[in-house]
Amino acid sequence: MFVELNELLHASPERPEQGTFTLLRDTRTDGSFLVHHFLSFYLKAGCKVCFVALIQSFSHYNVVAQKLGVSLPAAKERGQLVFLEGLKSCFEVLFKEEPPTGQPNPLQFIREGGSNLKALYEFVRTSLTPSESDSWKCPVLLVDDVSVLLSLGMRPVDVLDFIHYCRATVCSQLKGNVVVLVHSREDSDDTENELVVNALCHQSNLILWAEGLATGYCKDIHGQLKIIPRGPAVLSTERDLPRTYQYKIQDRNVTFFARGMSAAVL
Amino acid sequence: MAALATGGATRRGIAPSFRRAGEPGLAALPGTRPSLRRGQLLLSSGVPSLDAVLGGGLAVGTLLLIEEDKYGIYSNLLFKYFLAEGIVSGHHLFVASAKEDPADILKELPAPLLDDIYKNEVNEEETVFKSKESQDYMKIAWRYQNLPKMEASPAASSRFGHYYDVSKTLSPELLQSTKWHRFFLPEEISLQPNINICNMTSGYTRLLQSIQRIIYQEGFDGSHPQKKQKNILRIGIQNLGSVLWGEDICCTDNPEDIHSLTKFLYILRSLLRMSLSACIITVPAHLIQNKAIMERVTNLSDTVVGLESFIGSERETNPLYKDYHGLIHIHQIPQLNSLICDVSDTKDLAFRLKRKLFTIERLHLPPDLSDTVSRSSKQDLAESAKLLSSGCGAMAMGKKHLDF
Repeated sequence: MFVELNELLHASPERPEQGTFTLLRDTRTDGSFLVHHFLSFYLKAGCKVCFVALIQSFSHYNVVAQKLGVSLPAAKERGQLVFLEGLKSCFEVLFKEEPPTGQPNPLQFIREGGSNLKALYEFVRTSLTPSESDSWKCPVLLVDDVSVLLSLGMRPVDVLDFIHYCRATVCSQLKGNVVVLVHSREDSDDTENELVVNALCHQSNLILWAEGLATGYCKDIHGQLKIIPRGPAVLSTERDLPRTYQYKIQDRNVTFFARGMSAAVL
Repeated sequence: MAALATGGATRRGIAPSFRRAGEPGLAALPGTRPSLRRGQLLLSSGVPSLDAVLGGGLAVGTLLLIEEDKYGIYSNLLFKYFLAEGIVSGHHLFVASAKEDPADILKELPAPLLDDIYKNEVNEEETVFKSKESQDYMKIAWRYQNLPKMEASPAASSRFGHYYDVSKTLSPELLQSTKWHRFFLPEEISLQPNINICNMTSGYTRLLQSIQRIIYQEGFDGSHPQKKQKNILRIGIQNLGSVLWGEDICCTDNPEDIHSLTKFLYILRSLLRMSLSACIITVPAHLIQNKAIMERVTNLSDTVVGLESFIGSERETNPLYKDYHGLIHIHQIPQLNSLICDVSDTKDLAFRLKRKLFTIERLHLPPDLSDTVSRSSKQDLAESAKLLSSGCGAMAMGKKHLDF
């Protein structure tokens, strides 16, 4: 959890917002630091988190989360975190002989070859539906990242359907939050991906867009972050205007500053 | 099991730091070195200067993707360096190809520069250095002691990463002592009837099954912990995505199965992350018609390095590049176990193949030594330098304005 980003977003772990769909988008840079931020933010806020991690292994997220002051294994034991490790499930689907007992594997679609994300949705729904004994604040779904689903042969329509179902269940029904990461590029030839990105932008309540600098790589400024709130126009106030900040990622923190105000160039 | 690969030190971080002296840790594996800050195990790509550019080496459990140069000369060389480094370090090898017989590839590996005279020199140097250190700590050039040892002498990395002589081939005795596995696509196809899981090109399915079988049988996934000494599996896959693999992404803009390659890479990634292995893949990126595939492939790989040789291009005769054989573009460096990645200061890198060595160097203008340099030729150089900066900065897209 990066304190400066919380201030910019007017968010605090004491009272997390409910019912928002946040889109994390990165262009020419790696926006995964935002995923780490939201993971630790919601765990600290006491929300029930379902993390669909398709691109990295659990140990990777765990090491980074430790640096940010959160222990993922402990959260898992408490029942606060449901972690779907895509790489591991994929291995189990394809190479483990014994038939799975009870529930189907959420990544069943890799084996079957069809374009069916129903099992994944069911996984999200069952893991986030609160039971009697739960005392967690609100449910949160995190996906890192959606572009992988397209690489695995899903059609854009299926991916959008999946996100829509998740939004309907988590945001509306359970009054929780959905946070999703996508990659994009302006000059991209990947029309399917652009289609998904545009549609998700349209549906989102808040877009955090990390971009690499247009002038190229710089040691002291790793990129710029556009914060685009997308509330209803009538209610928008001064603080709901799109804003742009530059950032620098450090070992355990990210510092944000206004454009051109990097400590290195002043 | 997954903690073995990229988070080897994680478990150690949680467990008490006490360790019995005789207990073999992961760091005891030959040819690797632990990266303490990241909590991962690194191994050398076979080119020490490439290791330096990639932040110390390749992490175990990750994938290095090489975008081939136009004629595949230098990418093939990097491929062989990676395998030769495995042989010298005593790792197991898995060589997959659709073009050449893996046995032939292994026969042509470059010989390491490991002669005894050289070793003795290193030892002497070390002892001298140690005796100096034990004396009063006084140093004249103390300002330099904190500088990063980027292109240090070969002695510094004599255990991790070796230098190779491309003019000689590896001795057959060394080759015989290593354990290696082969995957030659034409053979495999004749062996079995057509099988197809998860709608991939059958060559890919076979290759994945073959890799999985070896990882399981030889215990690289840590399934038989007490069985034998742990070791690293180095996987090399040549020309992946070319027509020879039964893939049509090189021939048409709208291939029949656009997802074959990306699916393969995802499953390979899952295999790598769960085992003690590292993989190098060369892909003919310039042949792949649909650029969307290349974007996805980049996202699914860990380290992506592009080679651009000057052979056959107009840059070959450009005075700016007369010292080099090509440019190297670092497209992606993974951020493993950390928020940031080790990016080298400069992105303008070039490679050259000297008589014996392949090195990667920072690109710089050649010194202007002649007295009668005319103004026009200087301008030429300046122009080509501009051309270079636009071609080289991997992330530099727009050139219109400065952000700060």
